[in-house]
Amino acid sequence: MHWFLFVFYALFACGGALAVVLSQNIVRMAFYLVVSLGATAALFFLLDADFVGATQLLIYVGGTVVLLIFGVMLTSSSPLSSIKNTPAEILQGAVVGLAFLTLLISTVLSVKWATVPEMAAHTGVAGPGVSASQGFNPVQEGNTSRSIGSALLGLRFDRDLAQPGSSVEMSNDPVSAPGSDEQLPVEHSHSAQRSAASESLSTGYLLPFEIISVHLLVVLIGASYLARAKRSEMASPASVGPASR
Amino acid sequence: MISPILAKTLSDGLVDFSQTLRECSLFGWIFSSFPPLSSSGALLLAAVIHTALVGLFFGLPAFVFIWAERKVAGRIQDRLGPTRTGGRFGWLQSLADGIKLIQKEDLAPDAADHMLFRISPYIVVAAAFSAFIFIPFSDGWTAVSMDIGLFVALAVLSLEVLGIVLAGYASASKWSLFGGMREAAQMVSYEVPLGITAVIPVVIAGTMNLNDIVTIQSGGFWNWLVLHDPFAFLAFFVFFTVTLASNKRAPFDLAEAESELVGGFHTEYSGMRWSFFFLAEYAAMFFVSMLAILLFLGGWWTGIPAIDQALVAVSHGSDAFQYLSRILGMLILLTKSGLMVFVQIWIRWTLPRLRIDQVMTTCLKYLVPISCFLFLGVVSWPFLMLSMTGKTSWGTPIGERVPASAQLMEQTASEDQKTGKQTGKQTGTTVISSRAADLRTVNVQHGEKR
Repeated sequence: MHWFLFVFYALFACGGALAVVLSQNIVRMAFYLVVSLGATAALFFLLDADFVGATQLLIYVGGTVVLLIFGVMLTSSSPLSSIKNTPAEILQGAVVGLAFLTLLISTVLSVKWATVPEMAAHTGVAGPGVSASQGFNPVQEGNTSRSIGSALLGLRFDRDLAQPGSSVEMSNDPVSAPGSDEQLPVEHSHSAQRSAASESLSTGYLLPFEIISVHLLVVLIGASYLARAKRSEMASPASVGPASR
Repeated sequence: MISPILAKTLSDGLVDFSQTLRECSLFGWIFSSFPPLSSSGALLLAAVIHTALVGLFFGLPAFVFIWAERKVAGRIQDRLGPTRTGGRFGWLQSLADGIKLIQKEDLAPDAADHMLFRISPYIVVAAAFSAFIFIPFSDGWTAVSMDIGLFVALAVLSLEVLGIVLAGYASASKWSLFGGMREAAQMVSYEVPLGITAVIPVVIAGTMNLNDIVTIQSGGFWNWLVLHDPFAFLAFFVFFTVTLASNKRAPFDLAEAESELVGGFHTEYSGMRWSFFFLAEYAAMFFVSMLAILLFLGGWWTGIPAIDQALVAVSHGSDAFQYLSRILGMLILLTKSGLMVFVQIWIRWTLPRLRIDQVMTTCLKYLVPISCFLFLGVVSWPFLMLSMTGKTSWGTPIGERVPASAQLMEQTASEDQKTGKQTGKQTGTTVISSRAADLRTVNVQHGEKR
């Protein structure tokens, strides 16, 4: 079943991507992009990476592609416009695409797939066929959101507790099976053990995240400022009242 | 200073009932009761049953609300509305509409992009339908129970706009193009306050699982998240306004403004394809109403402690009683959602349509800053309460509102006595320790299964 679904969605993802390249009509391209991205989101769900899959749907399919079509609607001169590529453009695109394809293939080939389940089990990250050793939901309900959220704040339950400094008290805990890293976040964040554990805590991704978001805000304000300046410049010679508000 | 609050938040958020959910899941039941079925077969059968049930609750409310829209509109305009179809009150009007629409010719303009023109109504319907898959209709009655249920439901619902924009573009008509453009501009901006206000209950509850969000609202209407603090109270109204806009209901129905754009994005559609847009619209109305009820207004709880406690107590009796109490919970939820839909209809026939610039101003200049402010307020509320009263919320702490807790506490208490000495050393305050013990038992079961 899992295998069948994987092949099904993988075919849709690849077919959609091919159709994006081969199609001439921009909006149809956008539609095929939706197919491809949606199938990729489904693949994420199949891998139990539910948060990533939902984000893919919300941001790429629901957001970016809608904006893309919106842009085409605003700018296209004739309805249902299509684009014609010159041979030079095709060549450029092919070179860039092949370069990325080579990079991807070399990356895929460099992973030792035989050891992946073992590594996943060791770090506590759920992989295909590996049940997660953290989180409290069944795997198919997804238990990535709390791990992601706490990792953002710097609490890596999978990693911190595996370190010798923080697991002094945990090591003789009869509850945890030998060899597994599963521990309780509630205990971990408890104040008594926090002082011992806080030295080994990783810093988290909150600061980079905030920096990126502020950066995006700056870009947004800059873009709106540029667009605004142009409009008032164009409106001023004509001195149209309502346009230059 | 932060760590006790963090611990509290974590212990609140990690309330877990998934173990029982899995034991009660349809797939598990089919797989264990019908041995000849393989795992895939059981999965397929469970999927078909889920889809059929969700389809029922996707189609039937839409059916009812189309009739209600006509009836309420008639009454508000001092008319009677439909009176004859189906005997009294015109209650079969939607069926008559449906039969009429099936008979119509399925037209597509010559200039249109035929593939996209034909496919876009299906995108709209599929998006609205799929969003229902993640909604709990009663305690544990959800087709796909997910940890990130709210997030994924909103993500799927946001695909609806794609179908509408594609329909507007592919019709190759000026009216449709305008409708599609307005819809795209409106939706892209209104998703921001929608997301921020939907996060507010998540911040309070500490989970995105819709079932858990409702579970912590048990025990009286003062525990509903809308009354959690003043910011959440205002957030509910912002959320409601934004959902009106995201469903392109009046006063935000610019995408199909009949008096300006003929029909907007659905100008060129006829017959069943046209009706798909409306099926999806009414289903989405119902969906966002259910979402508002689940997030802010107590979901399947009546809000009267005596009735709620009686329901919970009855549901612990036997399987049949549990089933009955779930059905009652579903009826409560559907009634509440129906009332919300009624308010939406009421607003549509009361308020005039906004202009497009007014719509954008409402969103970008008012709703986005307001929702950001409310979000900050909700985040800082526990600190404020803690500094003033020593508790993080009014009334019952969130972690203690779980109705099944009495039963679970007994279980965990007995299991604590068994393993007591070994695990006791890591316990802190009573709430956290019992919750942790609760989680530990679950974790042990997980460990044993592996």
